[in-house]
Amino acid sequence: MISHPCFAAVRVCSSLLAVSMSASSLAQNETAAAPVATASSVKIVSSLPRTGSANSQTTSMVNGIKMAIAEVGANIGGVAILYEDWDDASPQRGNWDPAIEAGNAEKAILDPTVMAYIGTYNSGAAKISMPKLNAAGMVMVSPANTAPNLTKSGFGEASEPAVYRPSGIVSYFRVVPTDDVQGAVAADFAKEIGLTKVFVLNDREVYGKGVATVFEARAREIGLEVTGVDGLDAKASNYKSLVTKIKQSGADLVYFGGTTQTNAGQLAKDIVSGGLKAKLMVPDGCYEQAFIEAAGTKALEGNVFVTFGGRDPKTMTGKGKEFYENYVKTYKVEPEGYAAYGYESGKVVLTAMQRIIDAKGTLTRASVLAEVAKTKDFSGALGTWSFDANGDTTNRTMSVFEVKGGVFSTVKVVD
Amino acid sequence: MTDTEVFLQQVIYGLSNGMIIALVALGYTMVYGIVELINFAHGDVFTLGGFVALTIVGTLGAAAILDPATLGDASNWWLLVGLVLACGVFCGVLNAAIDRIVYKPLRRAPKLTQLVAAIGVSFILVNIALFWGGTPMKVFGGGSAAAASKDFPELLEGSNLLGEESNVVLRLEDVSVFLITIPLMIGLTLFVRKTRLGRGMRATAQNPVGAQLMGIDTDRVISATFIIGGFLAGAASVMWSLYNNTISFQMGFRAGMDAFTAAVLGGIGSLPGAMVGGLLIGVIRAMSDQYIETRWTNVVVFSVLILILVFRPSGLLGMKQREKV
Repeated sequence: MISHPCFAAVRVCSSLLAVSMSASSLAQNETAAAPVATASSVKIVSSLPRTGSANSQTTSMVNGIKMAIAEVGANIGGVAILYEDWDDASPQRGNWDPAIEAGNAEKAILDPTVMAYIGTYNSGAAKISMPKLNAAGMVMVSPANTAPNLTKSGFGEASEPAVYRPSGIVSYFRVVPTDDVQGAVAADFAKEIGLTKVFVLNDREVYGKGVATVFEARAREIGLEVTGVDGLDAKASNYKSLVTKIKQSGADLVYFGGTTQTNAGQLAKDIVSGGLKAKLMVPDGCYEQAFIEAAGTKALEGNVFVTFGGRDPKTMTGKGKEFYENYVKTYKVEPEGYAAYGYESGKVVLTAMQRIIDAKGTLTRASVLAEVAKTKDFSGALGTWSFDANGDTTNRTMSVFEVKGGVFSTVKVVD
Repeated sequence: MTDTEVFLQQVIYGLSNGMIIALVALGYTMVYGIVELINFAHGDVFTLGGFVALTIVGTLGAAAILDPATLGDASNWWLLVGLVLACGVFCGVLNAAIDRIVYKPLRRAPKLTQLVAAIGVSFILVNIALFWGGTPMKVFGGGSAAAASKDFPELLEGSNLLGEESNVVLRLEDVSVFLITIPLMIGLTLFVRKTRLGRGMRATAQNPVGAQLMGIDTDRVISATFIIGGFLAGAASVMWSLYNNTISFQMGFRAGMDAFTAAVLGGIGSLPGAMVGGLLIGVIRAMSDQYIETRWTNVVVFSVLILILVFRPSGLLGMKQREKV
């Protein structure tokens, strides 16, 4: 994973730094009371991978957050709403970086004006910041984390999700449906279109392995034959040998739990060049234009299915349609799949703040957290939904896409 | 697929991946043989070769090259040879320049200083590649995401040479790796064995002071070594880009690590050792992917390395450690 022998040393130093920072922040919290914003401004920050190929996806999400803030005029009841766009990726990895995500969480905690933390994009990154922010009582809203074990028991380690909630309170919320839904929908769809034998791969990350495991379980349950399971090395130069093994197994579908950043594009290329006549199915981590660019349209055209917890922005209705039209008008580009989720995350936080001000309350971390948790029958770009007791959205919409003419096109929507 | 077909296919993939690793490994082993420096920047010189290749392809006009109708044309073979030469020369000159600017002033400094300098150069080159990825060209995806992997166009026709019905796939890409790599290796061997400069290299490797006393211009020999090592890395980068159809600013890390492992496995300082080591690692990787599991491949490669080093500390074809005068 580490991209240079000496980066390892740098990483160790920075994680040591993060540890010492966390120690000092704990000490501070003991002496000073919980931060209270008496100032006339509060801050919302986001922590998303802004370096690397996820950039165009996250730019779209940041645009969504900015739109949500612009809609309230960056002001709620006289309190100015500031927004900072933080990067949790490093150029060395070209992907999210544990040390930087930890640093971002610490930075947010140390700044008393920060009321809400929007992030992360990668479920693995969320694992790092969740317990820190929870201990500090700060609300965290993720637009994109889909690993079920972050909020629900029975999907990962026995200690999950309690280990992410040291204070015992649910402070992490997400507006995107989780992978227990996504993996199952993917397996059902595979059966529906007549595929029978599947080889299941994952990228050995929290998100990829999680969704692949759910897919595999569901596939076995509905009678698909699982011809093999393996974890690939996201930094390998190619997967030609692996593809040969899959070919021998007789699979007509390859399911890869992974993202564009963990080399889904290379896998798609090698499936075609290795002469494997099987479809590839990938989860929402590949629902971005960068995936099509990395794989090249030739490898994807008619060969790939991508699942995603939501709809194609173009086909959204009601407030979603309004959002889509405003987005295109403001930024002059098509939004990526997660833009609406960035927008919705911002909107949820801002609406909660508005309710506090309306009730003559003050904006504190505690009040914002409590109010976000009360979000019920929220009518937004993603439809009408609520947060359940675990902090998950009640939204269950799932789409399956294929690639046609170099763009994603919807094959099926499951509500 | 029958078991024999599978085995044959893995041998093809193993050898072609191994050939590329071996080309890079030669650069490590040559430099080590002459100046006893593990040139950590070598993998990143290789990366820049890939970026030069894509830039050239982009400049020549992606449209004409990507046209499937022209894929089988002989002109693309000439383009390939041209790319190998251009990237080879670029990387050779770059490698020699790095030696001249960074390593030469440190020649008499402690080995550790040189090593740290090499790591520093590696960082610089990685970041240059990162910036390069942001080039506003169509082949670089408009340069919007610098750190993203870049799609490298297929220059050779992609159909199966053994017939579309065959289970074993052998494509021009696979063949081209052999067609380009083997002549380069033969050329290198002849050069080192037969020419005056080659003899100078062998002498310098054996005993630099002695070589100098015999009237060999060791500085010139060292520069030549860096140029040749860089040239091979440049050639390897073109083969790699073509073979994987992808380049990224991090490609040199994995390639460099495999190559360095190959050089150590074969016996660092030994040219045939680097070739054997490269091929061996390629084949071990393929066999491990097939017969063990992909997730264990790195473990398998390094276990083999450790085992070999336990029983043969100087590698498979390594010479006994020479006495320093």
